[in-house]
Amino acid sequence: MTLAKVKTVTLVGLEGHSIEVEVDISDGLPGYTLLGLPDAALSESRDRVRSALVNSGEIWPNKKVTVSLSPAWLPKSGSSFDLPIAIGILMAQNVLPDFEGEFFIGELGLDGAIRTVRGVLPAVLAARKFGAKRVFVPADNFSESQSVAGIEVVAVAHLGEVTRFLRMGKFPPCAEVQKLDLHLRNLDLCDVVGQVDARRAIEIAAIGGHHLLFIGPPGTGKTMLAERIPSILPPLTLDQSLEVAAIHSIAGSLKAGVAITDVPPFVSPHHTTTPTAMVGGGSHQVRPGACSLAHQGILFIDEAPECGKGVLDSLRQPLESGSVTITRAIGSVTYPSQFMLVLAANPCPCGKFSGKGRSCICSSLSIRRYLQKISGPLLDRIDIRVHVEPPSRNEMASPDLGESSESVRARVIKARERSRVRNQAHGWLLNSQIPPSQLRKKFRAEKEGMNFLHIELDNERLSARGFHKVLRVAWSIADANEHEAPTLKDVQDAYSLRTGMEDFE
Amino acid sequence: MVTKQEIGALGEERVAKYLLDNGCRVIDRNWRIREGEIDLVGLTPEGAFLFVEVKTRSSNHFGHPLEAITPIKALRMQRLALAWLTLNNHWGSDYRIDCAAVFIGRNQEGEIDYRKGVL
Repeated sequence: MTLAKVKTVTLVGLEGHSIEVEVDISDGLPGYTLLGLPDAALSESRDRVRSALVNSGEIWPNKKVTVSLSPAWLPKSGSSFDLPIAIGILMAQNVLPDFEGEFFIGELGLDGAIRTVRGVLPAVLAARKFGAKRVFVPADNFSESQSVAGIEVVAVAHLGEVTRFLRMGKFPPCAEVQKLDLHLRNLDLCDVVGQVDARRAIEIAAIGGHHLLFIGPPGTGKTMLAERIPSILPPLTLDQSLEVAAIHSIAGSLKAGVAITDVPPFVSPHHTTTPTAMVGGGSHQVRPGACSLAHQGILFIDEAPECGKGVLDSLRQPLESGSVTITRAIGSVTYPSQFMLVLAANPCPCGKFSGKGRSCICSSLSIRRYLQKISGPLLDRIDIRVHVEPPSRNEMASPDLGESSESVRARVIKARERSRVRNQAHGWLLNSQIPPSQLRKKFRAEKEGMNFLHIELDNERLSARGFHKVLRVAWSIADANEHEAPTLKDVQDAYSLRTGMEDFE
Repeated sequence: MVTKQEIGALGEERVAKYLLDNGCRVIDRNWRIREGEIDLVGLTPEGAFLFVEVKTRSSNHFGHPLEAITPIKALRMQRLALAWLTLNNHWGSDYRIDCAAVFIGRNQEGEIDYRKGVL
């Protein structure tokens, strides 16, 4: 046989495409031709594959080698084709036995070592979809792919291992499918001193999936609170975990040797970040941005008013649709991005405008301008705004720890279940997703609660937009308190969770 | 001491013998014009002209001999072949461009790797 076919997978966004690597060895001048729209890294594969083969004790054919990656129309990039090309060249020389159902993913070092590549987890998931029986992955990428059931994942560290397995026709026993790693919640809410209001606010936000804005002077614990929100969110399901880990795999942010986790991700881009880094981009491979890395978790932006123009507003579309579609020359790529947005801001440029605000040196105009840097349409989506004040001397003096994340999480899970049962029939899952028309029809609060809101509307203390937000939050509070519908007290609580919102509206 | 010209001549001798053994005639050798040289011109029993580039190596340390034939050199062989056909009044005849690698070791055995129709 001078023609061999080997299977691998390439990714466009999260979507995998099955790629057939065809290798033809024919008489003629020694040479190597790679077909099928390869990019620079892929075109260099020739020299890596050649050295890897020779240094693993295999033979490089001094003939005309033609490698075709089909389908040919799909642009291919990256170094993950090295291993399948090497195997194909060996098969075309008849030095390997026939096999079927194996997929290969990996970059080769000049010594034949198999190096880690990005996106192994989504590639393994795709290989399973294409009916692969077994997939060879770089040893360093094994930990991320071992939670995938229904396909044998073989971790290999050297080309010699792969050829030995194929020649023997025997493969290492398949490692057991790993359960998710449940022990990564290292931040606990009990570290936070005091902050009763803010604790309550993040609990309600976690129940309803409400976006959140912290306002407070520096050093009061805004970041600390935000970092601990993942610890009170319900654990991700297996499918969600795999989806989240797949996105992180493409971004290359998974650690080798660490199994994937069911803790919702926490992503906090710096406020100088660019819109591209926020939503994703890139010319050869479209990489996910911060808002996709925060999928099913928290996107925390500290010092939100300091964000560059357009950075916060670039989040409006993903907030609306729950996904980002990025179009580049190589095509359109869609990444999921359903996240809970948490913004933190100082109350004014100098940061001291809280309490009585005595030491604040900002003019009233600059204070107002400061928070106005967060645009109206974005604030429209933020249901809860909390003032985080410095803890009192009583709170600091007490040696007691606050309530632990575990007990808060138990309440959140229970309340979410209540809201899920109620909302599911209407086509949404979280209280933050209830559309305004339904809030005035089916999802009204109890009569006294509605009256309270109507009076506030009449007195011009509440806008129509604010009216709907209060109701949504009131539903989450009702779920926390196990009420059938929001009571007057629930509505008032919700109203107090948006204190000062009128500054913006 | 064997010079590299002698090694080259030895290799061409081996290939000429190989062609004769395979029923071909050798009708020209080391044909040279300003643009370059054709090592061997042969004629198959079917009447097609062969233009053979011979690469001789006494060791494999510097890669396969045929790797030394770059696409540019291959195209030059094409032009030289057409020039030979024109100047020898065979324009329009069938022709083929071949390459041969000759390995000359200590025992001067002269193993041949012959590739037909490389263009």
